[in-house]
Amino acid sequence: MAKILVFCETQNDQLKKGSVELLCAATKSQGEITALFLGPQGKAAAPLAGQFGATSSLVCDDEKLSSYNPELFCAAASQAIRDSGAEIVLASTSMLARDLFPRVAAKLDCGLASDCTQLEISGNAVKARRPLYSGKCSAEVEFINSPVKFVLMRPNQLPVSDPQSGKSAEVKLFSLPPADTKTTVENVVQGAVGKIDLTEADVIVSGGRGMKGPEHFKMLEDLAATIGGTVGASRAVADAGWVPHSMQVGQTGKTVAPSLYIAAGISGAIQHLAGMSGSKVIVAINKDPEAPIFQRSTYGVVGDLFEVVPKLTEEFKNILK
Amino acid sequence: MRIFVCIKQVPDTETKIKLKADGSGIDEAGIKWVMNPYDEFAVEEAIRLKEARGGTPIVTAVTVGPKSRCSDALRTALAMGADDGIVVDAPYETDTFTVGRLLAAAIKAEGTADLVLTGKVAIDDNASSVGQFTAEFLGIPHTSVVSKLEVKEGHVIAEREVEGGTREVVRLNGPCLIAANKGLNTPRYASLPGIMKAKKKPIKELSAQTLGVEVSGKVKHTNFQLPLEKPPVKMIGGDPSAQAKELANLLMNEAKVL
Ligand SMILES: Cc1cc2nc3c(=O)[nH]c(=O)nc-3n(C[C@H](O)[C@H](O)[C@H](O)COP(=O)(O)OP(=O)(O)OC[C@H]3O[C@@H](n4cnc5c(N)ncnc54)[C@H](O)[C@@H]3O)c2cc1C
Repeated sequence: MAKILVFCETQNDQLKKGSVELLCAATKSQGEITALFLGPQGKAAAPLAGQFGATSSLVCDDEKLSSYNPELFCAAASQAIRDSGAEIVLASTSMLARDLFPRVAAKLDCGLASDCTQLEISGNAVKARRPLYSGKCSAEVEFINSPVKFVLMRPNQLPVSDPQSGKSAEVKLFSLPPADTKTTVENVVQGAVGKIDLTEADVIVSGGRGMKGPEHFKMLEDLAATIGGTVGASRAVADAGWVPHSMQVGQTGKTVAPSLYIAAGISGAIQHLAGMSGSKVIVAINKDPEAPIFQRSTYGVVGDLFEVVPKLTEEFKNILK
Repeated sequence: MRIFVCIKQVPDTETKIKLKADGSGIDEAGIKWVMNPYDEFAVEEAIRLKEARGGTPIVTAVTVGPKSRCSDALRTALAMGADDGIVVDAPYETDTFTVGRLLAAAIKAEGTADLVLTGKVAIDDNASSVGQFTAEFLGIPHTSVVSKLEVKEGHVIAEREVEGGTREVVRLNGPCLIAANKGLNTPRYASLPGIMKAKKKPIKELSAQTLGVEVSGKVKHTNFQLPLEKPPVKMIGGDPSAQAKELANLLMNEAKVL
């Protein structure tokens, strides 16, 4: 039975979906599961990890961890990994985990597989697969003399099971080990509060140059709001300043893999496809029947997005109300 | 002041990827190699810092990879304005842990770094971990996904973008590693005189052996596969109302994603 540590991230006192997926995957492997929460913001959700199979939750609620400091987070995470005797560490490919865990792996003299899309754990063996070359191929990761195996999984890739209500993980607080830090977070400028980040969104509605101007993105927001999605964009649109760069999907933007990706007025350049071709279902709405995006899509609508998108929103409003 | 820029040579984004018959890796024949686009931001930032300080800081570009081709990426950095280059000869497959070890060892062998710059991610393996490995092995702090940087006396102020468009402003004291994001600057193209000058700039060749670094690695990529063929697209005809109705129906009842 492998000892598995799952790094859990939270939003509004709830476990993020990516974290739940990992707890469920660890449970399926019949490992001994410990959840790890760093920072006071994670404390409230710590018992909830029990509903998805964790026996205990390690929590470091030191105020110094209320914003992300790589050195302090690294010190706390390394301590928790040592104390729990974890052989496998799982985390989502979030901005924070992506930044943090290579540093932790380095400290513990271990290897790491980042941004995986498939994961199987049996006993101590880990079988993970990750896309390479922007999804043009993929490869399996084999760990060699790595006492702890670190795997970062892309969200929305693994099935989740229903929570076992009534179950709760035993919360064990631990204190921040003394660490000398040369880093201070001076200021945090909040973006759109409460918005799900593109990388974690299960439904994305993206707009490209075919949107003709920033004022029309409201139309995509309406559709997104109706179907519980997040709005994304192509680089052409981000570069034109119609939307912030944080909304850009693609090679030089975010890599996303939602269940549903709707591309409106996006031609489907290879660098855009690089960021979204892992999506389960892709819908293209484009007036040009030759647009390359259609070749990668599940469903294609040739038409004027200014006509189709509002009609689609209306249609869903009727069905989903 | 000594600035190191860690760069990687990667296949151009448009390159078609073919696999070796035994699935042990990619077939490198016919690949066009370029400097990783994010590393261009790192090189540009280093050169700007040098220019802003009357040219006194020394900018060294470092790369790990097969020296026969990776030297080209170094020449690009030198043509942009870096002073000298170091190539640590190693197989392309070297894992990110070991690359971090080699970069840290190569930098240490040169003396001390005041600042290490690199791109936030390499677009070939999409690992975004070499910077952090290198920083930990050098014993210096790091910050990644940086889109704004101010280098002050003895510290830097970096702005990074995190989830949901939130931005963090971070102060790092003493030598540190910064991993660049798009938006940090606009990388210059190498000028013709720059390219000519680059030919005479020194490139030092090192190896894991000369650096005394163990290269057996921690992870290995095996069993390469091409993505599964997607079934052909289903086109939805009719007028916009009919299209919207049918699309909604398919998403709910066929694909079942809503
Ligand atoms: C190194 C590098 C990195 C890059 N990284 C990225 C990246 O991360 N993400 C990214 O997206 N791109 C990236 N690009 C840019 C990419 O090559 C394309 O230029 C870009 O994706 C095009 O954006 P677009 O599809 O919105 O615009 P266009 O290619 O101009 O397409 C607009 C589409 O809208 C359609 N259209 C117009 N009007 C309507 C209408 N009324 N109704 C319906 N359809 C309409 C048109 O038919 C067309 O297909 C990168 C390029 C390079 C070189």
